[in-house]
Amino acid sequence: MRTTSRRAAGALALAAAAATVLAACGSDSPDKGKDKAGSGGSKTVTLVSHDSFAASKSVLAQFTKETGYTVKVLRGGDAGAAVNQAILTKDHPRGDVFFGVDNTLLSRALDNGLFTPYAAKDLGQVPADVQLDAAGHRVTPIDSGDVCVNYDRAYFTAHHLAPPQTFADLVKPAYKNLLVTENVSTSSPGLAFLLGSAATYGDGGWQGYWKQLKSNGVEVVDSWEQAYNDRFSGSSAGKQAKGDRPLVVSYASSPPAEVIGVTPEPAQSPVGVSTGTCFRQIEFAGLLHGAKNTAGGRALIDFMLSKAFQQDMPLQMYVDPVREDAVEPPVFVKYGTKIDHPTTLAPAKIAAKRDDWVGAWNSIVLK
Amino acid sequence: MALPLLFFAAFFGYPVAAIVTRGLHQGGGWQFGRIGDVLGDAGIRHVLWFTCWQAAASTALTLLAALPGAYVFARLDFPGRRLLRAIVTVPFVLPTVVAGSAFLALLGRDGFTDSLFGVRLDTSVWAILIAHVFFNYAVVVRTVGGLWAQLDPAQEEAARMLGAGRLAAWRRVTLPALGPSVAAAALMVFLFTFTSFGVIQILGGPTYSTLEVEIYRQTAEIFDLPTAAVLTLLQLAAVVAILAVHAWTVRRRESALRLVDPALTAHRPRGAAERTLLGAVLAVIALLILLPLGVLVVRSFDTPGGYGLAFYRALGSTDGGTFSVAPWETVGNSLRFAAVATVIALTVGGLAAAALVRRAGRLVRGFDALLMLPLGTSAVTIGFGFLIALDKPPLDLRDSWLLVPLAQALVGAPFVMRVMLPVLRAVDERLREAAAVLGASPWRVWREVELPLVSRAVAIAAGFAFAVSLGEFGATVFIARPDDPTLPVAVARLLGRAGALNYGQAMALSTVLMLVCAASLLVLESLRTTGSGEL
Repeated sequence: MRTTSRRAAGALALAAAAATVLAACGSDSPDKGKDKAGSGGSKTVTLVSHDSFAASKSVLAQFTKETGYTVKVLRGGDAGAAVNQAILTKDHPRGDVFFGVDNTLLSRALDNGLFTPYAAKDLGQVPADVQLDAAGHRVTPIDSGDVCVNYDRAYFTAHHLAPPQTFADLVKPAYKNLLVTENVSTSSPGLAFLLGSAATYGDGGWQGYWKQLKSNGVEVVDSWEQAYNDRFSGSSAGKQAKGDRPLVVSYASSPPAEVIGVTPEPAQSPVGVSTGTCFRQIEFAGLLHGAKNTAGGRALIDFMLSKAFQQDMPLQMYVDPVREDAVEPPVFVKYGTKIDHPTTLAPAKIAAKRDDWVGAWNSIVLK
Repeated sequence: MALPLLFFAAFFGYPVAAIVTRGLHQGGGWQFGRIGDVLGDAGIRHVLWFTCWQAAASTALTLLAALPGAYVFARLDFPGRRLLRAIVTVPFVLPTVVAGSAFLALLGRDGFTDSLFGVRLDTSVWAILIAHVFFNYAVVVRTVGGLWAQLDPAQEEAARMLGAGRLAAWRRVTLPALGPSVAAAALMVFLFTFTSFGVIQILGGPTYSTLEVEIYRQTAEIFDLPTAAVLTLLQLAAVVAILAVHAWTVRRRESALRLVDPALTAHRPRGAAERTLLGAVLAVIALLILLPLGVLVVRSFDTPGGYGLAFYRALGSTDGGTFSVAPWETVGNSLRFAAVATVIALTVGGLAAAALVRRAGRLVRGFDALLMLPLGTSAVTIGFGFLIALDKPPLDLRDSWLLVPLAQALVGAPFVMRVMLPVLRAVDERLREAAAVLGASPWRVWREVELPLVSRAVAIAAGFAFAVSLGEFGATVFIARPDDPTLPVAVARLLGRAGALNYGQAMALSTVLMLVCAASLLVLESLRTTGSGEL
C-alpha cells in the first residue's frame, strides 16, 4: 500500500509539474482551438445538450464517415438548466442542434421560439403518439423513458409480500413507510411521478392521493441520487449505504442497469418495476433557430433517428429508442420491462399547471 | 491594481450585472416591484433567517473544532504531519453528494455513531453543522496555521520571562498577532456556509433551504429570472453587510510582526498538556475526516464479486457507456484547468494583496471587500452570467476552455488575497525601507526582502487556489463546453446513473480525486522548501 501510494504520488507530481508547464505556455492554445474550428467551420456540427447525453465514440465516428461532419458536444447541467441556457442564448445560439428537451419542458422551449422546423428523414419509423409536434416539426422525438416505482425483490420475497403494481397499491397499509420519492421542485423523476398521479387521479383528485401517500409514510429527498443510491434498499449502492426503503421512484431502465458489469450474470435483476406506476418522458432534438451550420444540423438530427444511433442509446443513456425497428441490446431484452400503458400528459397542460401543482404539492407533502 | 480590477470587472461584475439585468429589465421596463414582492414573502424571509443563523453557527463550530488543529499543525512536529495536513484539505474538494453520502453512512441510521452510542444525525440541523465543519476544517487550519507557524515564539517567551502566565502571554502576544488571520478564516467559512448548497440539500432534506438553493431553483428549474435576480441582489447585499462588519472589526489590527522560518518554530510535543492536545486533535480528525473518507475508499473496492479493483479498471475504458472519453482522462482535464486557474488566481489575488498593502486609501480598502464578493455569489448566477455576457468580441469566450479556469479562479483569488494579506501586512515596513535606502530597486526589494518572507504564504495560497479549482463544481457544471469534464463533474455524471458499475466507478473516481488533491498539495508545499530562496 505504502509503495503504491508513493509511486502514485511521484507520477502525480510529474503530472502536476507538466500541467504547470502547459499552463505557462498555454496561452496560445485557445487560438489553436479557434483555428481548427475556423478552417473547418462547416465541417463541425455543434450539439448542445444536458449532462446525461452520451454516445459511443464509434457511433459518432460513423456519422463523420457518412457525412463528413464532426460532432462537437456542449453539455451544461441537468435537463432543466440546459433548456434554460438555450433559451437565454437564443439570439446568439451556441450550437446547431439542441437535444434533451422532454415533454415536461417542451412548451417552454417552443413558446420561446427556440427551434427551426425540420422534418427528419426517418420520421415514418416513429410512432405517431410520440410525435408531439407533428404539425410543426420543430422538434423530433429521439428517445423515451418511463419513470416508475422500482422495488427491492429480495425484500418482498423475504416478507412474503407481493410488490405493489399501481398508484392505488402504494397507499395500502401493507406498503406503509416503504416508499421514497424525490422533491418535485428539484428533481425531474420526482416531477414525473407527480404528473403520473395527476394523470391518473385528475386535476381534482391527485391532491387527495398525495395526502394518503403522506399518511402512508412516503419519504421525500431532494434528488434521484439520494433516493436511489442512499435510501433505496434494492440498488447495490443503496445496500452499501444501508438504505431501508424497498420502494423508490426511479426508471423502468434501472433493473438492466443494475446487472451491467455484474459477473456472473444473475438470473434476474435485484430490482423490479411496478408497471402500473409509470409516467412516460419523451426527449426531443431540434434545429436551433439561428444555427450557423443548418445543413450539418439537419444531418445530425437525421443521424439521431438512424438505426445505429438509436440502438446505441439504451446502453449509453438508459432510455428506449423511439424507432420501431430498433433492436434493443440483449441485457435490456433479458432484464428490461416493457411498459405498455404508461400515463402521460399533454405538454401544454403541463406548462399551464406545473407551477400551481408544484406549489400545492409543497404545501401538502413538505409542510 | 489595474489588473485585478479589470479581471474582477470583466469576469464577475459584468456577467452578474448582465444576468440580474436580464431578470429585472423585462418587457421594456424595470421591474423593481418584484423586489418588494419577494422581500414581502414570508417563505423567503424564513429562508434568509435560516441561511444566516446556520452560517453563524457553522462558523463558530468550525473555529472551535479547528483552531486547536491550526495550533497543532503549526507548532508541533509529529510524524506524518504534512501528509495529514494535505488529507484534511481533501473534503474541501470532494463533491458534496459523495462526501455527504459517506457522512450519512457514519452518522445516520445504523451508522457508526448510531450502533455505538445510539446517536443519529441525519435530517437534523446538526448533520448540516457538522458536515460544514468537515468541509471547512482545512480553511482554518491553513489560513490561521500558515501565519501561526511563522510567528516568532521568542516574543511569547519574552512576555513569560517578564512574569506573564502562560495563558496571559498567549492572550497578550500571540492572540492579537493571530487576530486578523482568524478573522479572515472565519469570514471565508461564513461565506462558504452562507452560500451552502449541496450539504443543505443532502443532509437537510427538502424542508431546509438556503438562499443559494432558492436561487438555483428559480434559475435552473423554475426559470423565474426576475425572482432569481432579486434573490441574487439580496444575497449580495447580505454579503456586503458581512464584509463591512468584518472590515470594521479588523481595521488597523494588523501590525508588523516578526516572521521566522516555520521550520524553527515547530517542536516535538513536550509535556502532558501538549501530548493530550495532539491526541485530541488527532482523534477529532480521525472521527470527523478520516473515517468518512475511509468509507468512500472501501466502497470503491467493494464490487459485487467481492473486494477488488474492477471499478478502477473500468475507469480506463471508454466502453463503460457513460463518456466518450475514459473517466480516467478527466484527471488530466482537472489538473490542467486547476493549474491554469491557480496561476490566474495567484496573479490576481497576489497583485490585489500587494496593492492593498502599499496603498491603504479608502478606495483601495473597498476593493479588498469587492474581491470577496464571488465567494458570496451563487454558482448558477455566475455560470449563466458567463454564458450571456461573454459572447461578444473582445470577450467571446463561450466556447473557450479558458472559461472554466476563469470561473474557478474567481473563487480561488479571494483565498489567495486573504492568505497573503495578513502575512504581507506583517512584513516590517522598516525592512523594505532599509533595503530601499541602501539603493535596491522596488523589484529587488520585493524579490529579496518580501518574497522569501511570504513564500510560505504563496505556497499555502497556491494550494488553496488549486484545491478550490479541483473541487469546483457549481460554476463548472453550468458552463456547457466542449466535452472535457472535470473530475467532480464526471463523478456527478456517474452518480446520476443506476447500477453497481456506475456507482462503483463514481467511488473509485472520488478516491482518485482525493489522491490527486493530497498529492498536489504535498508537491506544492515541497516546491516551496526546495526553491524558496532562489525564486
